Amino acid sequence: MKFIKLKLAATLLAAVGTLMTTSAQAGKTLDGIKSRGQVVCGVNTGLAGFAAADSAGKWSGLDVDVCRALAASVLKDPEKVKYVPLNAQQRFTALQSGEIDILARNTTFTLSRDASLGLTATVTNYYDGQGFMVPVKSNIKSAKQLKGQTVCVQSGTTTEKNLTDYSKANGLGIKPVVFEKLEAAENAYFTGRCIAYTTDASGLSSTRSKVAKDPKEHIILSDLISKEPLGPMVRRGDDEWFAIVKWVMYGMLEAEEYGIKQSNVDQLMSSTDPVVQRLLGAGNEDTGKLLGLDKDWLARAIKAVGNYGESFERNVGPNTPLNLPRGLNNLWNKGGLMYAYPVR
Amino acid sequence: MNVKSPPKNKNWSWRSQAFRGLVYQIIAIAMVVVAAWFLASNTLYNMKTRGIQSGFDFLSGPAGFDIGESLFLFDSAQPYWQAFLVGLSNTLRVAVIGIILTTILGTLLGVGRFSRNALVRGVCYAYVEFFRNVPVLLQLLMWYLFFTEALPATSDAWKVGSLFLSKGGLSFPVPVWASGHLWALVGLLAGILVAWLYRKRVYQQFEATGRLKSVFWVPISICFAGAVIGWLAGGAPTALDSPIKGEFAIENGGSLTPEFLSVLFGLTVYTAAFVAEVVRSGIQSVARGQGEAASALGLSPSQSMRLVMLPQALRVIIPPMTNQFLNLTKNSSLAVAIGYPDVVSIANTALNQTGRAVECIAIVMLVYLTTSLATSFLMNWYNTRSAIKER
Repeated sequence: MKFIKLKLAATLLAAVGTLMTTSAQAGKTLDGIKSRGQVVCGVNTGLAGFAAADSAGKWSGLDVDVCRALAASVLKDPEKVKYVPLNAQQRFTALQSGEIDILARNTTFTLSRDASLGLTATVTNYYDGQGFMVPVKSNIKSAKQLKGQTVCVQSGTTTEKNLTDYSKANGLGIKPVVFEKLEAAENAYFTGRCIAYTTDASGLSSTRSKVAKDPKEHIILSDLISKEPLGPMVRRGDDEWFAIVKWVMYGMLEAEEYGIKQSNVDQLMSSTDPVVQRLLGAGNEDTGKLLGLDKDWLARAIKAVGNYGESFERNVGPNTPLNLPRGLNNLWNKGGLMYAYPVR
Repeated sequence: MNVKSPPKNKNWSWRSQAFRGLVYQIIAIAMVVVAAWFLASNTLYNMKTRGIQSGFDFLSGPAGFDIGESLFLFDSAQPYWQAFLVGLSNTLRVAVIGIILTTILGTLLGVGRFSRNALVRGVCYAYVEFFRNVPVLLQLLMWYLFFTEALPATSDAWKVGSLFLSKGGLSFPVPVWASGHLWALVGLLAGILVAWLYRKRVYQQFEATGRLKSVFWVPISICFAGAVIGWLAGGAPTALDSPIKGEFAIENGGSLTPEFLSVLFGLTVYTAAFVAEVVRSGIQSVARGQGEAASALGLSPSQSMRLVMLPQALRVIIPPMTNQFLNLTKNSSLAVAIGYPDVVSIANTALNQTGRAVECIAIVMLVYLTTSLATSFLMNWYNTRSAIKER
């Protein structure tokens, strides 16, 4: 009896010891994606233009296009993406814990997020700024008129802090009403609980076009109170995967710069332009090998979602309900900030 | 019959039951400690290897965000731990007021189930069955929808006297603080002291002579008179800070936000349904003969209720009532769904600004554990006090 008990205890201790030594790292992200045949992509729960599912459950948006391009480059099929809708609070934990491979959820890059969460910012895919939406009938023309007003905000965002900073710097004494869910914050604004709703200007356009009963009854104030570079984040410490994400995104920008489109990518495979040849892997140079991918990694991505400009036009551009101008998000040689490192 | 317990084996060997028991307990505790240590150290190790910063040092750094409503002044430059205090005070505010209102409403409903009036009985029955069978989160959302959807905009708020009710919440006049109010408070405290002494004397007289004077209305009047005298002595300040309608909002005065009101109403109405059942079962548990015996002894109906029925019913009522109070406090964490800045909401924000998920969740758990333990400690104390003393 005594012996059995002791043995049991010893086995238990040994088991605990084994668990202890188990490595915390989940292995290389790329290997994981290849073996499971899916890119697991953390996206917004529903922000039209960036990531939203339609009635058939098909996801689309600027952020979704990054995931699709990655799946096309790595797995040769843009459909091989598993979307994990995350709210603002869950997102970082989901990425840290390895539940998702990439967080493409209109996330602002900041120092504290980059340096203290065990995550790395990749490439900005939308340059944004925080703005305010107010009802037209309130007659508010500037954010400075919001003195002592209630403003609806979603929790767990940089928005909350920007609002406080702005309120303090201008002595406005704005009262935030903070909601856990995006839908709850939007709803509180539209029912009239708050005089204004604040988030990134792109998010305001999205909300106005999709949630408002009559979009014409709401205006987005012209003052932007912050810089919000939005883009995907990946786990720190997996440089190969980081490089792949970075270069797929740069590749989409380069494609726009050199006129490679979803429609002409097949014809351009026989182009004699050395830059185009290099981008599409049509010549002798194999850029894919350096990244651990195939030769035509970028050609597949562009065939799947188009270049950055096409993705922008399709999801958030002037012909969409969001009607966002290209502005800062234009290419560097067209007056914008989008400047990709050269693919060579 | 007198059964002798077997003599205890004092030898420290495996044959001694006491010794074996001790060993098993030590092993059990050791396993729990090892498991906890394993989880903690593994978490820390994982976080370190992934470059996630951890620790509670962030609590002393500036919070950097504003809080919509707070019992005391809070500025974004104040540290995180003070932001947590604001959240805690908001949670306690809802919990304490909610518990008081729930007890009153629930008791009325529970007693109403015994009414001789069929309508009252039916309404109480329907209330209990409806509100305890609809999930509390839905009820909170329903109240919030009511406050934000059904009420008028702040620009055309309903006005009753100097009260304003609108989407912006309930605004009401508050007295402007003056030293007279302090005197009123002092007067009230003095009144309570005198009332206590009076009650003690009345009971002494009752023991000696068997005559009982009022032990309720007279002490209450003494307390009230004390407060009024204090207020008059302090110069009888009457200045009120009344709310006025501003361009976009109701300004000045005191106000309760729709978030607070929704949480308070939702939790009170929900928990009262359970409390009503607790009270009903408590009263039913007292044997009929007890009331009849009390009347036979010549006690008035109110005396019979107060001195015979209630003390026995309370024995049954208090333990499940404690559960309901704990439920109400814990359910207040759902307030985050409708934007009330309770401790969970503050922790969520802090979690996001700092990325310290484990720490923030731990703080929230600690807060609820502490408040719950404190509540049950108080209720247990009251329970022992009101338990039947067997002599």
